[in-house]
Amino acid sequence: MALFNPATTNKISTGHSAALDFSQPAALDMASGKYVRIWQGPQHPGITGNMALELILDGDTIINCKTHVGYLHRGFEKLMEGRTFIQNFPVVCRIAVPEPAFNEYLYAKAVEEISGIDVPERAEWIRTLNLEMMRLSSFMMWIGGMSGAFGQYTVPNWTISCRDHVLDLFEEMTGGRIYHMYMVPGGVRAGLPAGFKGRAIEVMDSADKLLDQVERVLFNNTVFKARAKGLGVITPDLIDPYGIVGPNARGCGIKRDLRKDEPYLKYDELDFDIITHDDSDAYGRAYLRLQETRQSISLIRQCLERVPSKGAFQADMPNVLHWEVPAGETYVKAECTRGEYGYYMVTDGSEYVRRVHVRGPSYSHGIALMERLAVGNNIADIAGLMVSLHTYPPEIER
Amino acid sequence: MNNITINAEKQATTKAILDRLKKNFEVSDIVECKPGLTTLSVNKDKAETMIRELRDRETYTHLNFMTCTDYIEKNILRLTYMLHNYESKHSLAIHVDINRDQAEMTSIHRLWGQAWTYQRELREMYGIHFPDSPRLEEDFCLEGWDQMPPMRRDFNTAQYSHQTFGHREGRVSENPRQHMKINLYPNRGGDE
Amino acid sequence: MSNNNKAPLENAGLSVEEKPFFSHARPQAYQPYSTKAIEDFANWARAKSLWILAFGTGCCSIELRPLMTSRFDANRFGVAGRPTPRQSSVFVIGGYVSVKTLKRIIRSYEQMQGPKFIIALGSCPANGGMYFDSYNTINQFDLYLPVDMYVTGCMPRPEALLASIMDMQDDIRAGKCDGANHYVNNLDWYKKNQKKVIKNWDMPDYNW
Repeated sequence: MALFNPATTNKISTGHSAALDFSQPAALDMASGKYVRIWQGPQHPGITGNMALELILDGDTIINCKTHVGYLHRGFEKLMEGRTFIQNFPVVCRIAVPEPAFNEYLYAKAVEEISGIDVPERAEWIRTLNLEMMRLSSFMMWIGGMSGAFGQYTVPNWTISCRDHVLDLFEEMTGGRIYHMYMVPGGVRAGLPAGFKGRAIEVMDSADKLLDQVERVLFNNTVFKARAKGLGVITPDLIDPYGIVGPNARGCGIKRDLRKDEPYLKYDELDFDIITHDDSDAYGRAYLRLQETRQSISLIRQCLERVPSKGAFQADMPNVLHWEVPAGETYVKAECTRGEYGYYMVTDGSEYVRRVHVRGPSYSHGIALMERLAVGNNIADIAGLMVSLHTYPPEIER
Repeated sequence: MNNITINAEKQATTKAILDRLKKNFEVSDIVECKPGLTTLSVNKDKAETMIRELRDRETYTHLNFMTCTDYIEKNILRLTYMLHNYESKHSLAIHVDINRDQAEMTSIHRLWGQAWTYQRELREMYGIHFPDSPRLEEDFCLEGWDQMPPMRRDFNTAQYSHQTFGHREGRVSENPRQHMKINLYPNRGGDE
Repeated sequence: MSNNNKAPLENAGLSVEEKPFFSHARPQAYQPYSTKAIEDFANWARAKSLWILAFGTGCCSIELRPLMTSRFDANRFGVAGRPTPRQSSVFVIGGYVSVKTLKRIIRSYEQMQGPKFIIALGSCPANGGMYFDSYNTINQFDLYLPVDMYVTGCMPRPEALLASIMDMQDDIRAGKCDGANHYVNNLDWYKKNQKKVIKNWDMPDYNW
């Protein structure tokens, strides 16, 4: 429950393995009637997706937690090996269901890097705009999920309707609300429609006003403060041993953001700072994400000002129906709402991709970290803990 | 275009690290895919020690992922460990080749907290055994699976899906190449 | 629905430890009321209060959240999301169904109290959709559970789902939605299909 001094938290401790705990708990006498084993999931209020927790309780306190995934497993990596490069591009957005645009961008970027295709300037700006809008809509849904997990249902109604206006913008831009299939290898599929900028700025203004209201209603709420403060504390010595990335790490004061550290697209020309927070509990992370939502809105406004209205939006591509990408491998990553999202691609010179591995940030947050943080909490707070780690199960099991 | 800015000092550090690895662990096939990503291959017996040394002494403290590629034509499974150094912003992809028929590799679950999850997934999808890895034989994604590990290249997923789940009549597939050949350009020769 | 009061219960005379936790009785088909007026009234009431089980099984269920909140507001159609199958009458199959989830869907569907309906969203339950060649997703959902309404799309918009709810309300009022009875009358055929794909069958034959 202690707060962390930012002066000492930027250095990760060198005792790397010290944070990992392999001690086996003492065997529990399940027949004694003192412990209850319950199954929370796959359907429960804590999460956008299906994931189960097998909890052993002593009264109301959790003493053991095991995660079970696989309810959403489609075998994407195998499906991608059986489709040509251009046939994969409509499929990949379905990997991370609530936030699909990053998959399209990273798949396109990986193929472009291996084949040496340069994306034109206008397409890069449009891609940046698309990704920031995706971050905005995903954060909006997350804020709704976070308050819903604590039983407060006003804020989800507000933020999910506001997110719907952003989905309307997506529909204008790309043709689809959720699955856009817009960022092709080589660029994007179309330019921005006429009048898009005016409509988008209206939506951003209303989103800004909404976030102020959300801050008043949710973050000043006594019940939310009492329940979320001190919940799911991530200490800095867990960051590298568990591979924690994104707002979960920035909530401990660690200044790491892929958009600043290893800039991609047009992020090196945009004006923003890395936001960190010192309380590394659920409340601190929620506040951090609220501020990142505001940061996304400001970045969208900057992109809308600077998107060129003339120029090619797609590079000259070879005939995609017969496309043999040269052999190679690469790893591309982007900063999505949950952290570092990566695509590792291996090609072997044929028309089919050899191997694609999707590295979702929820893989480490949702399983190993969740099992560690759940112990000692009240059963009522587990939903809030899962949401505060921002786990999206579809990207765990793909 | 890739616009990672790695300054010269960090590049020199990375080069020094790679030289040390070459000397101590006999790594081979060092390829710089792009500024900021290098791949190399190491022998299976030296891999875990090298990864440990990279983590403890060379500050490659972040494990991005651990995955596997099936090279069925060479009868190997190629494991890939991707490590990242936050200070020099350099990623290192370590390839370890193991035999396809006796797929076994030293576990790294004591080095990172999320590694045992990756090893569970690889056991289920490729059939690789990692001795002592926690909860290795437990089902990860698949329940009641009785076929060969599905990510191996000799597993035909479309055929399995058709046999087990059936398929609904009325589904039509277009092959654009065939359509063009027959309908649009019938007189043009060659397989274009 | 269960046995009549004269015959003894199947687990009569067993000690507490020996009694199984489930009943072996087979389900019975729902019979409509004898008077048409009462049946029409009952159908009207059912149609206007379709409570859906809040179990999002696949991709398409991401559109259930906008559906239930203030923009599309399914509540004005009488649709509310319920957390437990005991209180719901509609199961919305949101998108693709993996084998692991299918087992849980069957378990939840059989625990729902009749009359109950299934709406299948997207192309995945219809013919496998985008994942037709996946080793873990099923290709035809109505081999395993009866479907009353299909909504096409990938993914269908919330307006499409609202239109399907309105269509289903008309069908219920006309007395045409009897998927649950079809399930009971052809239980052996459905069970055979289910057991073919669910290899680790560790639940009762019918989940009361």
